[in-house]
Amino acid sequence: MNALLLHPHDNVLVAIRAIAAGDPIVIDGIACPAPVAIGVGHKIARRALAPGDTVVKYGAPIGSMTVSAAPGDHIHLHNMKSDYIASHLRDTLERSTES
Amino acid sequence: MITAWGRQDGRKGIRNVVAVCYLVECAHHVARRIVDKADDPDVQLIGFPGCYPNSYADKVLRAIATHPNVGGIVLVSLGCESFNREGLATAVADSGRPVETLVIQEVGGTAATIAAGLEAVARVKAEADRAPRVAMGVDELIVGTICGGSDGTSGITANPAVGRAFDRLVAEGATCIFEETGELVGCEGVMATRAITPELGQALRDSVAKAERYYSILGFGSFAPGNAEGGLTTQEEKSMGAYSKSGSSPISGIVKPGDLPPSPGLYMLDVVPDGEPRYGFPNISDNAEIVELIACGCHVVLFTTGRGSVVGSAISPVIKICANPETARRLAADMDVNAGRILDGEATLDAVGDEIHDLTLAVVAGKRSISEALGHQEFILTYKTFEPVGPACLPTRNFAA
Repeated sequence: MNALLLHPHDNVLVAIRAIAAGDPIVIDGIACPAPVAIGVGHKIARRALAPGDTVVKYGAPIGSMTVSAAPGDHIHLHNMKSDYIASHLRDTLERSTES
Repeated sequence: MITAWGRQDGRKGIRNVVAVCYLVECAHHVARRIVDKADDPDVQLIGFPGCYPNSYADKVLRAIATHPNVGGIVLVSLGCESFNREGLATAVADSGRPVETLVIQEVGGTAATIAAGLEAVARVKAEADRAPRVAMGVDELIVGTICGGSDGTSGITANPAVGRAFDRLVAEGATCIFEETGELVGCEGVMATRAITPELGQALRDSVAKAERYYSILGFGSFAPGNAEGGLTTQEEKSMGAYSKSGSSPISGIVKPGDLPPSPGLYMLDVVPDGEPRYGFPNISDNAEIVELIACGCHVVLFTTGRGSVVGSAISPVIKICANPETARRLAADMDVNAGRILDGEATLDAVGDEIHDLTLAVVAGKRSISEALGHQEFILTYKTFEPVGPACLPTRNFAA
């Protein structure tokens, strides 16, 4: 097993070991090849996701899709975003790391 | 079957610590030397460094000094500080515990107070050792959780495993407390749905909004570039990893430092001060949060770490759950549980959750946690300002009264 389902309501899995492109990822009993290399701790689509779909991890919303993804796709900054107003945190982080 | 120390207020302790408590930094050295010379793992150092009065520090130190794991107290005062030492001594005496106060300026200086302190510790310990031994149920147990030195593995191994342990403990009638509203930013919506009343749900949202504002004013962010490299994409995802320590039980209330949960169940500890920011960061280090959890009655604290924290605590044992398998190998002698085995495919979340649950009960029954056996007894208390919790925060309080 190379990916973990954290909660039954989740639509993403989490890689628990480094996955190379082409490695099979078993999603709900069906093996599908990883389209790209996926690192430990990164997310993998459990099912087809469309733009605007809520990404659910830990059984909770963690953001929204910005482009579509197929089962097995890597889910990260390139295809999802925060639903939270996070800009103030980024701004303040930049300030604090400069000091 | 847990055998505990019975206290006058009906609570039960899993340890019987004699705490030597300095009431200002000027008395710290004398108090530390008393503890060092006593050379007893159950004689421990606590204290408050400030010379200015603070009702939060007063409340927390009273809560710690009358914590069920404490059998007796020796107060060490310089003599001119503003801490209300008589009030603290009276609170300890009223709780049925032995208490002695040493005032360095009256006893005659450093060496004389250290010598007098050792004698006081011996007397207090002799009386504390006479506390009755009583049976304790899991429904009388309070367990806290905290994460520190988190990394990308924390939210997928150690934190959800603690959540599973919390779910079992709550189902068995225990009281469990999670905390750090600054790392719950983004979780307020899902968290509010777990509240046992709509009003409590709103109070949970309000507490996270307070934390968001407080941290923003202080210029402190909580999403680092390393989080994204570790696979975390959004702030709410990172928060949810921390939040997963709370498990899935209904949330019964909000407490603030020094408040005791009024009935069993799952509680959130609001650690962020009320009002305009003053005195600096809400918690300057992990141990400041651990002290607050203990001030809310926690008998034991479950500490998850990815990068590898080594701390323990005075008063209540700390159990270390390591999230990252590489850290678990590097710091093996500091970790009680290796949740990184989940990433190695050697254990399931449920199995590690069961292991944490069972180890918690073993430590409650007397087994020393690793940080405890290594002699970790960290303690830090600083200035804060809080308003009392509102009625919406504790829906069960009237029923328990």
